[in-house]
Amino acid sequence: MGMTMVQKILAKATGQASVKVNDVVEPKVSLAMSHENGALVINQFSDIYQGTGIEAKVWDPSRIAIIFDHRVPAESSKTAGNQKKIREFVAKQGITKFHDIRGDEGGICHQILPENGYVLPGSVLVGTDSHTTSHGALGAFSFGIGATEMAAVWALGKILNVEVPGTIKVVVNGVLPKYVEPKDIILNLIGKLSAEGANFKVIEFHGETIKKMSTSGRLVLCNMTVEAGATGGIVPPDAETVRYLKQEAGVRNIPELFGPDPDAAYEQVVEIDASKLEPQIAFPHTVDNVKPVGAARGIKIQQIVIGSCTNGRLDDLAIAASILKGKKVARSVRMLVFPASTRIYQQALKKGYVATFMQAGAVVMNSGCGPCLGVHQGALADGDKALATTNRNFKGRMGNPNAEVYLCSAATAAASAITGEITDPRTVSPAPKAKSKAVKPKVKKQKTKTKIVKKPAKKGRK
Amino acid sequence: MGKVVLKLGADISTDIIYPGRFMATVLPTETPQFAFVDDAEFNKKLKAKQIEPGSFIVADKNFGCGSSREQAASCLVGWGLKVIAKNFSRIFLQNSINVGLYMVICPNIEASEGDELAIENNKVVNKTTGKSFDIVPLPQARQAIIDAGGLIPYTKKMIMDGKK
Repeated sequence: MGMTMVQKILAKATGQASVKVNDVVEPKVSLAMSHENGALVINQFSDIYQGTGIEAKVWDPSRIAIIFDHRVPAESSKTAGNQKKIREFVAKQGITKFHDIRGDEGGICHQILPENGYVLPGSVLVGTDSHTTSHGALGAFSFGIGATEMAAVWALGKILNVEVPGTIKVVVNGVLPKYVEPKDIILNLIGKLSAEGANFKVIEFHGETIKKMSTSGRLVLCNMTVEAGATGGIVPPDAETVRYLKQEAGVRNIPELFGPDPDAAYEQVVEIDASKLEPQIAFPHTVDNVKPVGAARGIKIQQIVIGSCTNGRLDDLAIAASILKGKKVARSVRMLVFPASTRIYQQALKKGYVATFMQAGAVVMNSGCGPCLGVHQGALADGDKALATTNRNFKGRMGNPNAEVYLCSAATAAASAITGEITDPRTVSPAPKAKSKAVKPKVKKQKTKTKIVKKPAKKGRK
Repeated sequence: MGKVVLKLGADISTDIIYPGRFMATVLPTETPQFAFVDDAEFNKKLKAKQIEPGSFIVADKNFGCGSSREQAASCLVGWGLKVIAKNFSRIFLQNSINVGLYMVICPNIEASEGDELAIENNKVVNKTTGKSFDIVPLPQARQAIIDAGGLIPYTKKMIMDGKK
C-alpha cells in the first residue's frame, strides 16, 4: 500500500521507510514558528529547564521563526512588554528568522514564511497558530500547535507523540468562472465537510484547477483547511511550487520534490467542479455555515475587511482594486484593507492599488492581523455586520460578541463595498477598462470649479 | 463527583472560551479571569467563586475549535473545571493534555445543567438520571503525558535523562 503526502513526509522526517496511519512518530522539525504568543512559549520553555541545572538553549536558533503580526504596532503596554521580552530572547538565543515591526520586512507570519523562502517542500513545519496549515501550499506538512508544545519543540527539535493522520483527497477540476476565486473553493469545501469533518486528518489537494493555481491561491486553500478541523492541508509540489520558490521566495537549493504514491490510501475523496462554483458566503457564526452569495444578497454591511493571512495577497488586492477603480465605497460602510506583508504593501503601492483603494474611500492599514481576531483596529459595534476576506466568523471574533461576521472572497468584498450590502461580484459592471498600468488614475471629468491651485509636478520618473 | 455548571452545544470556539482580545494575557496564573468572559453571568459566578472546583462543562461536538491559543485551556485549569465533550478539536485536545486540563471524550453523553456526574471505570455516570456513558480512551502516547503531569514535566524528564 502506498503512502499519502503526509505519510511520506513523516517517514522522511523520522528516518523510516514507511509509516502507517495512526503510528505514533516524533518527526524532526524543519521550522518552528511563533508570533506574539512566543512570550508564553518563552515562559513554558524556561519552566522546562527550571531546576534541571541545564542551560535553557533552543535546539537550533536558525530553525525558529518569530514574526510580530497579531498586535502591530502594540495596542497596549502589555503587548509592548511581551514584544520586548521576545526581542530580548531572540537576541540572547541568536534566533535569525525574526521579523519585528518594520515597513521593509514585516507582515503576517503566514505570508512572511513563504515569501522569505522559509518553507520548503517535504519538510515538517509547526507554528503556534492554527493557520499554520497555510504552508502545505508549498508541499510541507505544516500544522498548528499550542505554546507548551512549542516549548518542547524548542528544547528537543522534534515534535512529540504525533499520530500519523489519515488523509482526505480533494480533487478540483474545471476552470473557475470570473470573480470566483480559491476562497470560494475552500468555503464550499468547508461547507461540505463541516467544521469538524477533517478533525485529526490532512486534506490533500489534487486536480487540474489546483495544478493551474498560483501558490497564492494554494495558500488560501491550505490556510482554511483548519476550519474543517484539519491538521493540515497539502498541495503536492510541482512546477508552480518551484517557480514560486525561485522567483518569489529567492530559494536557491530546492529539495527533491515528491508527491504521494499513486496507490496511496485515502479515507475519503471529495470532488469539486470549479466551473460550476458560485461566489460563497460563510454566514455567522460558524465557518461551515456556507451558502452561495445569492442567499446573502441584500444583507446590509457596516464594515468590509480585505486582508489577513487568508486573502491579503497581491492578487486579492488586484481583483479588489479592479472592481473599485473609479468607484466609491458606500457612505454606510467602513472599508479596511490590510496587505498581508509590507512587501505586498509596497507592490500594491507601485501598482496603484493603494491609490485606488484610498480614492474609493477605503482605509489602507499597516500589514498585520488587524481586526481579524478582534485584538485591535476595526472592532465592531453592537449590531454591526462585517463582510471580511478573513478566515473566522465565530461569535466575538472581531472584538464584539453582539456583532456578526460574514466571510467571502476579495472580489465579493469589493463589490459589496460599493453597494453597502452583500453583492454578487459577477453583477458589478467592470471598471471602465483602465489598463492596469495606468499610473495616472482618473482626473478626467473632474471639472470642478476650483482647479488650479497647483499641479503636482510629478513627472520626474519615467 | 461534580455538578454540570455549563451545558454547551457544538463547535464551541476558542473565541467563546477565551476571546482574542485578551490574548495579550498569557500566563496561566492570569488567564482564568477571562474564561467565558462574554458569558457575563457564568464568568461572574467563576470570579465570585460560586462554582466548585471539579465542576463539569458538558459540550457537544468539536469543543475548542479555532485558534491554537493555549489560554483557552489554561483559563479552565485555573478554576479546576473539567470538560466532557462528544469530541474535541485537535489543537485544543492536545493543549488540554499538555497543560493538564481534565477532559473526557464521551460521544453519547447526556446531561443537563445541575446534574451530578462522576467518572467511574471509564464511564461517565450521570448520578441524577442514573445513566452511564462510555469514555473514548486517549491514545497511549498522549496518556503518558497526562501521567507525567503535563508536557512540561514530561519534557523536563526527557532532558534530564539525556534524551534530547
